[in-house]
Order: sequence, then structure tokens, then C-alpha cells
Amino acid sequence: MSTLAHDDHHDHKPTGFKRWFFSTNHKDIGTLYLIFALTMFFVGGAMAMIIRAELFQPGLQFVDPQFYNSMVTVHALIMIFGAVMPAGVGLANWMIPLMIGAPDMALPRMNNMSFWILPFAFALLLSTLFMDGGAPAGGWTMYPPLVLQTGDAFPFLIFAVHFLGISSIMGAINIIATVFNMRAPGMTLMQMPLFVWTWVITSFLLIASLPVLAGGVTMLLTDKYFGTSFFDAAGGGDPVLFQHIFWFFGHPEVYILALPAFGIVSQIIPAFARKPLFGYASMVYATASIAILSFFVWAHHMFTVGLPIKGELFFMYATMLIAVPTGVKVFNWIATMWKGSMTFETPMLFSVAFVILFTIGGFSGLMLGITPVDFQYHDTYFVVAHFHYVLLTGAIFALMAAAYYWLPKWTGNMYDERLGKIHFWLSLISSNVLFFPQHFLGLAGMPRRIPDYNIQFADFNMISSIGGFAYGITQLLFVYIVIKCAMGGKKSRARSWEGAKGLEWEVPSPAPFHTFETPPKLTKKMIESLY
Amino acid sequence: MKSSLQKLVLALFFMPLPAMAEWALNMRQGVTPISQEIYQMHMVTLWVVTVIGVLVFGVMFWSIFHHRKSKGAKAAKFSHSTTVEIIWTIIPTVIIISLAIPATKLLIKMDDTSESAITIKATGSQWKWKYDYLDGVGEGITMFSSLDDKSKEISQRDSGLDPMDHEFYLRDVDEPIVLPINTKIRILTTSQDVIHAWWLPDLGWKRDAIPGFINDNWAVIEKTGTYRGKCTEICGAGHGYMPIVLKAVSMDDYIAWVDEKKIAQAASKNTSNIVLNMEELMTKGEGVYKAQCLVCHQANGQGLKGAFPSIVKSPIAIEPSNRMRHIQQIIYGKGLMPAFGEQLSDVDIASIVSFTRNAWGNNTGDIIQAKEVAEARKAPKVIK
Repeated sequence: MSTLAHDDHHDHKPTGFKRWFFSTNHKDIGTLYLIFALTMFFVGGAMAMIIRAELFQPGLQFVDPQFYNSMVTVHALIMIFGAVMPAGVGLANWMIPLMIGAPDMALPRMNNMSFWILPFAFALLLSTLFMDGGAPAGGWTMYPPLVLQTGDAFPFLIFAVHFLGISSIMGAINIIATVFNMRAPGMTLMQMPLFVWTWVITSFLLIASLPVLAGGVTMLLTDKYFGTSFFDAAGGGDPVLFQHIFWFFGHPEVYILALPAFGIVSQIIPAFARKPLFGYASMVYATASIAILSFFVWAHHMFTVGLPIKGELFFMYATMLIAVPTGVKVFNWIATMWKGSMTFETPMLFSVAFVILFTIGGFSGLMLGITPVDFQYHDTYFVVAHFHYVLLTGAIFALMAAAYYWLPKWTGNMYDERLGKIHFWLSLISSNVLFFPQHFLGLAGMPRRIPDYNIQFADFNMISSIGGFAYGITQLLFVYIVIKCAMGGKKSRARSWEGAKGLEWEVPSPAPFHTFETPPKLTKKMIESLY
Repeated sequence: MKSSLQKLVLALFFMPLPAMAEWALNMRQGVTPISQEIYQMHMVTLWVVTVIGVLVFGVMFWSIFHHRKSKGAKAAKFSHSTTVEIIWTIIPTVIIISLAIPATKLLIKMDDTSESAITIKATGSQWKWKYDYLDGVGEGITMFSSLDDKSKEISQRDSGLDPMDHEFYLRDVDEPIVLPINTKIRILTTSQDVIHAWWLPDLGWKRDAIPGFINDNWAVIEKTGTYRGKCTEICGAGHGYMPIVLKAVSMDDYIAWVDEKKIAQAASKNTSNIVLNMEELMTKGEGVYKAQCLVCHQANGQGLKGAFPSIVKSPIAIEPSNRMRHIQQIIYGKGLMPAFGEQLSDVDIASIVSFTRNAWGNNTGDIIQAKEVAEARKAPKVIK
């Protein structure tokens, strides 16, 4: 993505190795993050294709059960830590300084480091595929004692998780420092675009939850190599303790993936409805409530471990409560569309699909939150369908929407709208063919993480696999659209979309290498135009 | 890889939608009062979210079709309404409370395991279930339940056998548990190695089996029949291969089964005097090997590199000095390998040892009799 020189005399930039490896520029680092995330999306996607190929028919056709388990495990780790999180951080890097009128991130060198840790962390993780004993195969949740049976890959898994945590924490610190210190004069917190708000809240979630995960996996490491027995009942420990630690991180993590998506959609829907976001303040409060509640619901992932009934009741109530602020957000998005003047370019299509499909994932989430019924749903394909609705047709659809929305700003060119729409419709149909039947599989009794199954599950698995292959192939089209857009096309104006509001649309397209070197003067009128 | 790809392409073209498959769309109602209440709760919630979905998405689509620029819609300017926002905070809260109340009642009911007539304990291990009848009629019965041989053979990669030919593929066991109907049964779950989960959908619940801890739950089965479930917590390579099968019978049939089982159990305990010839040992050994060892060590004895060691030409299986070590490793287990001493009789172990020392070109000519296993049980441990 070349950023053509503008008439700005100071717009000089390093080239080649120096530009990309030593970069301290938020736009370049954002680009690196996004390209990395897209690459990992395909690596994790390839693993999903292996999973769906094996499940295409009953019987064991392509891989051994152990390798299948590795695919399930590494697919999840890559998609969560390698694709969705870096894509979110990439967007934050690119857009937050532009949205708040700052020249760059507050801590540019740390920004460079937090990105460059990622390729090394994933080199550690992916190298385990070639080790004796294979890659980690105990599920991304790494429950002991099973995870302690991992072969040579074990320490690589632990240190990869440590590095990913360090990278994310640094990214989060950077975002908080930037937003709190570098807003354009005159912009109050409650005037920030919602995308910025969701990222501030996400950053606090990261800082609060990742150290807990780091502690948990370190305890695994000492259990395996240094004779401790934190999680070994024979030594006075408790395997369930790990699950509490893991999900104390793991549930906020769900919102770390989802909140930036909420922010994206809250930017895009007003732009294409040509109408201000409905209930800005309630959006901010709802996001904050979801974030706070997310620390009090972790044990709903563990209803079947045998919690005391008072615990089960508490976590059931807390979980159901999350439906309220989430509902507020959905209602606000629809009220934003109501009586708007809508057009449906690709970003809007993905955003509307996000609202519907994320809500469907939310519905199954509410069902899963009801403890006695969860005893049936737990660890079946019903859960697999649920979290793929919120993560794939949720988070990833929002990330796609963001990519289309801001591609003209990044490249200076409009993407091919016709191809974008084809990409959307194919993604929409294939992802639903892929995941909707999995609800039925789960209800009929198919457990998760099994490589082979009885013929009673054959039909829906075959349909699901066909959807999976179609979804996978469709994403190649996205790569083509992005490359085509970066190479050229219809030039974009500074304000790429008629109804788009915010400071990022005040700078030229493509955004020059340096922007807002002197803070923009925000008049009252301009602030009103921000949302 | 090429052959795999070909298979996939062929399968895609011919789309053999199996005639036998059921198009089950919904949760099973099950055969206990609790499972039916869970089903009701599931249906209520499903309808609640469906109605909410239809209403909310209905409004959304109405807006999508009417408030579009191409239809000349002009954007309104409003951006908040406190009244509306309060209403759509309160309504979901009310709905949630009305769901939480019956859920709470049901949960409290499920939690009460008191006054059960029979208590059994399900112990998971990689990858089979052990059942101990601890209390009530049948007390003292102990049995192991693992995947049936037919499923095991079919499930081997490239076995050439068609899973469609086995109605209960991966859902059948060599020995199902038997329990009486209309009796409150308390079911404890625990584990020997990693975490497993014991699930019979028809009973309405699943419970984790955690090493070092014991969970309990209960069921009153109201209908005779065979009920099938699976382990539902990932527990290693064999996770997909440890089904649960329960036969619910009348109390009279149950008592008859208990008597029969106790006689058989007493007989199987005393096998150390049985003497078999080489051929008999090999045949029996192959059968027991398939049932107990094949999942890890594979049909060809070569194991899986990096995970499960090969028995072919392994010093333990061929060197004469390692005979005792070989027997004791099966009795006590080693590392990831579980202990089989409790589960297998002397003659079973003797036949596996004889079989593995002579199969796949190991050809040691060694014959191990049950008596030698009985002695190995008493001898000092030579393995750590």
C-alpha cells in the first residue's frame, strides 16, 4: 500500500527494510498488523479445511485422531490470537490516531515491538507441528492434566502464549496512553468516535485478563517441569483451579474479540444510514457494562465441573444479565437505521449481517447461560455453532466491514464494489450453510472435538463441510479485491463515503505518511460532525 | 495426499446422502422426569428468542426496505430518546427474570441426590469407562466398558470398512451398564488420568469426570431401553472413541442380571490355572489386543511416532530378560500407559504378552501362561 507523496514537504519516509522492520509509524505498523492477521486467517483457515474434510463423512479418511486434535487446538489459537486480535489492533493503530487527531501512537517504539513479537510467537507455535509428539492437541483451553501429556511442543505452547500476552498488553497500554493523552484539543472523552471508545475498554480488558492467563500457563509449566502440583489432585492441587484461572481470562477474551467489532459497526451503520448513531451515551455505558460483567461470568464455561449450586445460580444470573446491555446495543443500531437514508455498499452489508448473525449467536448464548439446559448443550456442536456465530459471522464479518470501509482511506483507491458485494453474499450464504446445521448436530448429541462420528450425524456434517469449503474459497476473493484495490482503481476523495463522519475523513486519501502533526482545531461545529 | 484429495472430490460428486441417517433437528426429550423438564425449558427459551428475533429483525428489515436512499428516504435527525431506551432496557430484564425463575427451580431439583436406591461410580480413563456398583442391589459389581470391536475395526484409518454398515458405529460398547427403571440412581463420576465427561442425552445431563474429585448426579429412568452417549470432554486421541451405553431394564430383570454378573465375575477372577497352547494364546491375545491396546499401539503394533511407542522389535517385547518387565508393564502401566492389572484377568494378560512377543515378526517363540502372570503380580516391581 503505497502512500503517495503529497504536497506536504515533511512527508518523507524511510524505504525498504528500514521502513517496515524499524517502523515507528502507526499507519505502517497498522498495515503490518493487518497483513499478518490476514495471513494467519488463511493458516488457521487451512486447518479448518482439514477439520471439515475429515468430518465430511463418517470414518477416518485423512488424518489420525491425534493430529485432528492438534488441528482443532491450533486452529483456535491461531484464529483468536493470530487473526482476530491482531486485525483489531491493526485497525486501532491505523484509525485511532486519525480519529482523535493525533500525529501517531503515544509509544511508537513499543508499538513496533508489540507487532514484531507476533511473528516470533507464531513461529514458536507453528514449529510444534513438526515436533515429536505433534502440536498441542488438548484444545485451546489447555486443560490439565491432558495438556501435560503434550510432547516436545509443550514449552513452545506456553512461551508462545506468554509472548502473545506480552504483545497484546503492550498494544493495550499504547492505546490507552494515546487516547488519554493525545486527543485533539477540544475533544472530550464523550465526544470520541465509538470505535475509539470500544478500543479503550478492550484495552482495559486485555491488561486485566492477560496476566491471569500468563500466570495460569506458568503454573502449567512448573507442574510439568518443576514438580509443583497446582493442578494435580495427587499432590494436593486441583485440575479445576486451572479452568477458573483460564476462564477468568477466557471470558473477557471473548469481549476482547467482540467489542472492537461493536465499535466498527457503530461507525459504519451511521455512515450508510446518513444519520447520527442512536444513543451514543448508552452505547458507551453498555460497552463498559458488558466489559465489567465479563469478569463475573467465567464459570458459565464450567457448569458441568460440579460447582456448588449457589455458584451455578450466581453465574447463571450474571450471564443472563449480559443480555441486557447487549440488547441495548442491538436496539441502538436498529434505531440508527430507522428513518435513515440507507445505501448498501459492502461495508454496510457486512455490518447489517453482523447485527443479525451476532444476535443469533447471542440468542444461543442466552440459551447456553441457563444452567440446567447447559448440561445438555455443553461441549457439543451447539456450542461450536454458538461461538462461530459470534466470532466468524460476528467479529470477522465486522473486520471485513472495516476493511472495506477504510480501504479507500488506506490505499487512496475505491475497491471493486461489484466484487465486494459478491464476496459478501458468498460469505453470508456459505458461513450459514457451514454453521447453522451445527446447532442441529449439537442438539442431536454430537460432542465437540471428535474426528469421527456415527452415521446419524452424517448429513448435517456433509452440508456443514460444503459450507466450510465454500467459505474458505470465497476468502481468496477478498485477497484479490484487496490487492486490486492497493494496485489502483477509481481514486477516492478525502471523504470516501457520502455519510462518513469523523476526523479520519478530513485528511486526504490515501492518508499521508504523517498526519495531524499540528493538532486540528476543533470547532463546536466540527465536533458535532464527528458523530 | 493425492488419494485423499481424490476421495474428497469423488465424495463431493456422488454425495452419498446416507439413507439411514436421521434428520434430528431438536434436543432429545429423554426418559427421566428431569430430562423432560430440561427439554421443556429448552423449548421455552428457544421460542422466546425466536419471537424476539422475529420482532427485532422484522423491524430491522422493514427499515431496510423502506428507509433507503434509492426510495427517496430522507434521513431524520434524532439521535436519542430516553423513554425508548428505558423501555428496551426494562423489557429484556423482565424476560430474563421470567426465564431465570423456572431455571432456578429446576436446578435446585437436579441438585438433590438424596435418597437414592442404587449408587454407581463411573471412572473415566484413556479411553474407556469403569463402573463400580457401590450401593444398593448389585453392590460389588465392577466392570469395564469400552468401544465395541466392530467400531474399533471400522474406525481404523483406511480400514476399507464402511461406517454406514454399523448402525451403532462409535455408539456401542463391549459391555453396557445395566440399571433398573423407576429407581433413583445416583451416578458418581471421577477419573483416573485426565478429565472426561459422562453424558447420556436421554438422562438430561452430563458431568465432568475429574481425577481426584468425585461429582454426583442422579436419574430416575422411566422407560426400558438402551441409551447411548459419549465422553464429552476432550481427553486425547481416543476422545471420540469412548461411548457410554446403558441398558434400562425392569427391577426383576436387573436382579437376574446382577446374579449372573456376580457368578461370572467370580469365575473370571480365578484364571491362573488355565493353560493354553500357542495357537489358543495367539487367537485370544489378538482379540484382547484389539480391545485394549489397538487404539494407541495400532493394528500393526507400530504405535504412533512421538506419542505411542512401537511394540515391533521393541526390546521389552523381544528380549528374554525383559519377560517380567513386559508382564508388569501391562499390570502396572508406565508413563501414559494405564494400568491393566485390575481390569484384565491373568489369562488375558498372558495371552496379550504371548501375542505381542510373537506377532509382527517379533517371533520370540515365547509362551506365557496365566500362572506366570499370577506370579508376576506377587513379584517385586521391576518397572518404576
